[in-house]
Amino acid sequence: MAGAYPWLEEIRLKRMVVSDESLEIIAKSFKNFKVLVLSSCEGFTTEGLAAIAANCRNLRELDLRESEVEDLSGRWLSDFPDSYTSLESLNISCLGNEVNLLALERLVSRCPNLKTLRLNRAVPLDRLPNLLRGAPQLAELGTGAYTSEMRPDVFSNLAEAFAGCKQLKTLSGFWDALPSYLPAVYPICSQLTSLNLSYATVQSPDLIKLVSLCEKLQKLWVLDYIEDDGLEILAASCKDLRELRVFPSDPFGLEPNVALTEQGLVSVSEGCPKLQSVLYFCRQMSNAALNTIARNRPNMTRFRLCIIEPRSPDYLTLQPLDDGFGAIVEHCKDLRRLSLSGLLTDRVFEYIGTYGKKLEMLSVAFAGDSDLGLHHVLSGCDNLRKLEIRDCPFGDKALLANAAKLETMRSLWMSSCSVSFGACKVLGQKMPRLNVEVMDESGPPDSRPESSPVEKLYVYRTVAGPRLDMPGFVWTMDDDSALRIS
Amino acid sequence: METTEKTPQKTTTTTSSGGLNLKATELRLGLPGSESPERDEDGGGGVKGGAIRGFCFSSDGIDGKWNLSEMGIGKDVGLFSPPTPREREQASVIKQKKPQISSAREQVVGWPPIRSFRKNSMATTQKNDDVDASQAKSSSNCLYVKVSMDGAPFLRKVDLKNFATYKDLSSALHSMFACFTISQCGTHGVSNRDELSESKLMDLLHGSEYVLTYEDKDGDWMLVGDVPWEMFTNSCKRLRIMKSSEAIGLAPRAMEKCKSLN
Repeated sequence: MAGAYPWLEEIRLKRMVVSDESLEIIAKSFKNFKVLVLSSCEGFTTEGLAAIAANCRNLRELDLRESEVEDLSGRWLSDFPDSYTSLESLNISCLGNEVNLLALERLVSRCPNLKTLRLNRAVPLDRLPNLLRGAPQLAELGTGAYTSEMRPDVFSNLAEAFAGCKQLKTLSGFWDALPSYLPAVYPICSQLTSLNLSYATVQSPDLIKLVSLCEKLQKLWVLDYIEDDGLEILAASCKDLRELRVFPSDPFGLEPNVALTEQGLVSVSEGCPKLQSVLYFCRQMSNAALNTIARNRPNMTRFRLCIIEPRSPDYLTLQPLDDGFGAIVEHCKDLRRLSLSGLLTDRVFEYIGTYGKKLEMLSVAFAGDSDLGLHHVLSGCDNLRKLEIRDCPFGDKALLANAAKLETMRSLWMSSCSVSFGACKVLGQKMPRLNVEVMDESGPPDSRPESSPVEKLYVYRTVAGPRLDMPGFVWTMDDDSALRIS
Repeated sequence: METTEKTPQKTTTTTSSGGLNLKATELRLGLPGSESPERDEDGGGGVKGGAIRGFCFSSDGIDGKWNLSEMGIGKDVGLFSPPTPREREQASVIKQKKPQISSAREQVVGWPPIRSFRKNSMATTQKNDDVDASQAKSSSNCLYVKVSMDGAPFLRKVDLKNFATYKDLSSALHSMFACFTISQCGTHGVSNRDELSESKLMDLLHGSEYVLTYEDKDGDWMLVGDVPWEMFTNSCKRLRIMKSSEAIGLAPRAMEKCKSLN
């Protein structure tokens, strides 16, 4: 690529293995390189980052979101030369070790266009004020660990520094948050549009105090410590809310540890007219609640509900949650993304096939009774692009009957279902424009009878033919009707 | 429509009908990425095998700011990568740890769909909290711990500070849970309470039907009675009256110890 496009400016990669050598090539080959975004990537170290820092004179954006970086030393940051001032966005939140803090401060203060700064956990709270003072134009900040010895001077320094950031609209980070330090952000709450508190393990009263000041809030990510009470306050205070994500603080605990139920979500659906995107982890749900939510918010476009215990029924009636989710797809006519959970029969898929005409992505787990369920979805959802299914009794019939549909979709993922190896072979043979990949770590699927189910199946359309770079536990079913193992 | 009972949660038992339960005896991470990363703006890394697209229930797909798929990049290179050495190590560590009885729900692999980074992040925070909490506990006037009994419909709580010896604790628990053991009699074929002979009741309460265990600070399940009382109250997080049939793994001399406690 370096030879062909020497003027390449932006590279954005997701879920790829990137080596230090690749980073070095990027750093040295593209004179006008501006944007590097590595999302959920891995395979590189801070040495690779050093190469980027040292060579990319025009770099504007370096975003390592969620990547796994071998953090050898924080020294790499010092490799940005003193003459380098074009940084606009830096996201190093995934790094494990401390970066050279002085170098960071100097970098931040000499880049007048720096708008986004996402620090890693290792940046101590008492260094934050200096960083903020160096970049009062900051629009998005991810703090490091939000805890320190409680000292009034540290607190007032921090509060003052926050108050100086008149453009700050997005806040995140807050690892290990100490409640007594939260008020330091109060001065800017009224200007915040996006708040990610999903790593802040503080309790409801402290969350409520903070959130109730954020009248312009559009996006909130928070732990379930907020509880139903907190969500009720949120509904009353944040009328511009568009996206809510509530994550579980104790997902593997046996019993609920917080007073968060379906009621919290119902409150927000009632109070926030612009709410369109929801991700909600909880431990109980009812058809009545889902019905209410659906009717309150026909403008919902993304709805993902995770009831923690698989196959949980409506806790009031002990019935499946088919009708509740049915109401969601029926009333929310622009629904593009849906994730289901709880006790569900084939009927919910009938609703989805009938009403989910705009649905693009569907995630299903521990649901359904038979192939009919899968058939409803594949035959009914005209705009379906991505379908992922785990632990459902869906098998060969629906898959093969709807083989043509798969060519209109981006991908299908099925794991722990009832699709047989034989059916995968047939699908691979019938559909040359699909890559039908079977993943099985217990050995080649042809060492077992054709009728035995495959562990994981991934089907996607391709113009490039089967891959040749797969690891040993992945097999392509292709039209030679012979397994090609790479 | 069939009514389906809520399936009790078993580790890694999959429910594929008529299929091989390939995962039935494994507790492992599955393919890297099969736990599917959530994507948040800055919730950082350490995502195990975020390189493999898996079950994205709670991660961002289409609605990300930019969508590589449209550009057609990325599909052919490095989409599937072999488990990194760290992932393989993690998987084998979990395999080895399997036989313990955990107070947490038995995990179905990859459910709930929480990203590893988030899990790790919370785990670190929790460790710190536990240290603080236990320090707070020892300086307060009470030490309430939950007590569960296998088969009982609800749990109880006892204040360990109310007792000075194991014997005290044992008697108190017997009183608290007697009502459940009496109803257990019913399931053993005794038709009504009048027919309950005193000896049968004593057998149930004092026999080797149940074993008293506790979860310590490290999350391990221990037999009650091995350590001095003070040490026990300092490290006990919760109690479980376990059916002896479940305690098959305990050494025979441990069973003897139980009997002597009773």
